[in-house]
Amino acid sequence: MSWDLVATNIASVPVLAFLLGVLAAGLKADLRLPDAVYQATSMYLLLAIGLKGGVALRESSLTEVAGPVAATLVLGVIVPVLAFVILRVLTRLGPVDRGALAAHYGSTSLVTFTAALVFLDASDISYEGYVATLLTILEIPGILVGLLLAGRAMSGGDKRGWSEALREVLLGRSVLLLAGGLVIGYLAGPNGYASVEPFFGGLFTGVLALFLLEMGVLAGRRLGALREAGWGLPVFAIAFPILAGTLGIVGGLVAGMSTGGAMVLGVLTASASYIAAPAAVRLALPEANPGISLTASLGITFPFNLVIGIPLYLLIAEWLAGIL
Amino acid sequence: MDTRGFVTCITIVAESIVESRLLEGLTASGARGWTITPARGSGPKHQGMSEIEGGSIRVEVLASATVADRIWQLLREDYFANYSIAAWEYPVQVDRAERYCDPAPPR
Repeated sequence: MSWDLVATNIASVPVLAFLLGVLAAGLKADLRLPDAVYQATSMYLLLAIGLKGGVALRESSLTEVAGPVAATLVLGVIVPVLAFVILRVLTRLGPVDRGALAAHYGSTSLVTFTAALVFLDASDISYEGYVATLLTILEIPGILVGLLLAGRAMSGGDKRGWSEALREVLLGRSVLLLAGGLVIGYLAGPNGYASVEPFFGGLFTGVLALFLLEMGVLAGRRLGALREAGWGLPVFAIAFPILAGTLGIVGGLVAGMSTGGAMVLGVLTASASYIAAPAAVRLALPEANPGISLTASLGITFPFNLVIGIPLYLLIAEWLAGIL
Repeated sequence: MDTRGFVTCITIVAESIVESRLLEGLTASGARGWTITPARGSGPKHQGMSEIEGGSIRVEVLASATVADRIWQLLREDYFANYSIAAWEYPVQVDRAERYCDPAPPR
């Protein structure tokens, strides 16, 4: 059963496109999307996720959503703190780099989330439609907590960098399009969404495949940096997502979500940001080494979550649902 | 009548994440304008995250020697230590050189 899940996941077009990108990077083939196309597909995915989530939110009650939202906020604080502490044990990184990594792992990956939804749909497993709300919520606190943890270790600190990072986190493209999409979807409702469903729904998996092709090339390029990273970082980049994912699943189940929904929350907490967090960290913590964070989040955690993590978190969710 | 004169052209290649901050700094230094083009490449320290979002930018500023000095100071104080930045300057001959020279002191 478990290998069937892994096989289903790997045999999907988006994941295979990702692996093609990794292969292309290894062969040093030029497979990058033109920058404008990359930006457009990124905006499309963000808006599409937000829209669907907003429509689902309209059909959910406040009591149904309140528990998972609260669980998400709590996890948004716990996960980066855990990452900061565990990195101290596993690596010799200083507090600034650990804070930067905590910011990355405290936030979330839209693409991993999207791939998880595609996987659940293909496996005919239901989940709460408002999970995009949880994604939007989790984008923000983790980054801020990570920056705070690193900032405490720094004397003085650059106020301008902090305000720029705050602006980047709160008004950056990811949050604006997700939150905006949620609002639009909520206001338009199922009837309004029906008219754009062929574009934002029908084309979704195909656009995701294109985007993952690009991410595969970027992740593949990062693999070369693994050699310089030491053993602690790769161990963290694989073990921590499993720990954080399990915490997310527990939080989802305790908050009353279905097995599929709790698995999605687990995917959110297990994933690491490599777009929103790097930008904010670069502004607020310029002393942090961006290569370390990106190698971990994009080079190791993202491929791990995409190929193995997603089916693994479903297994954990099903097992825990039977116990809790 | 020949209205040409010499000004300094400073070219800055930087991570795109610092674009807004850099442009504010250039304005504060007295730059009257700039031209920005996308850029990519590699530097001696392989710093920066240019591959993910936005790449790098190439900013060219035509300015007086005084403003150019302020811009160099800005780069030294705020950018060279922590960001992927390369910069160089050379004299260029332009028409209506007074358009690029800032008589006002910086903010």
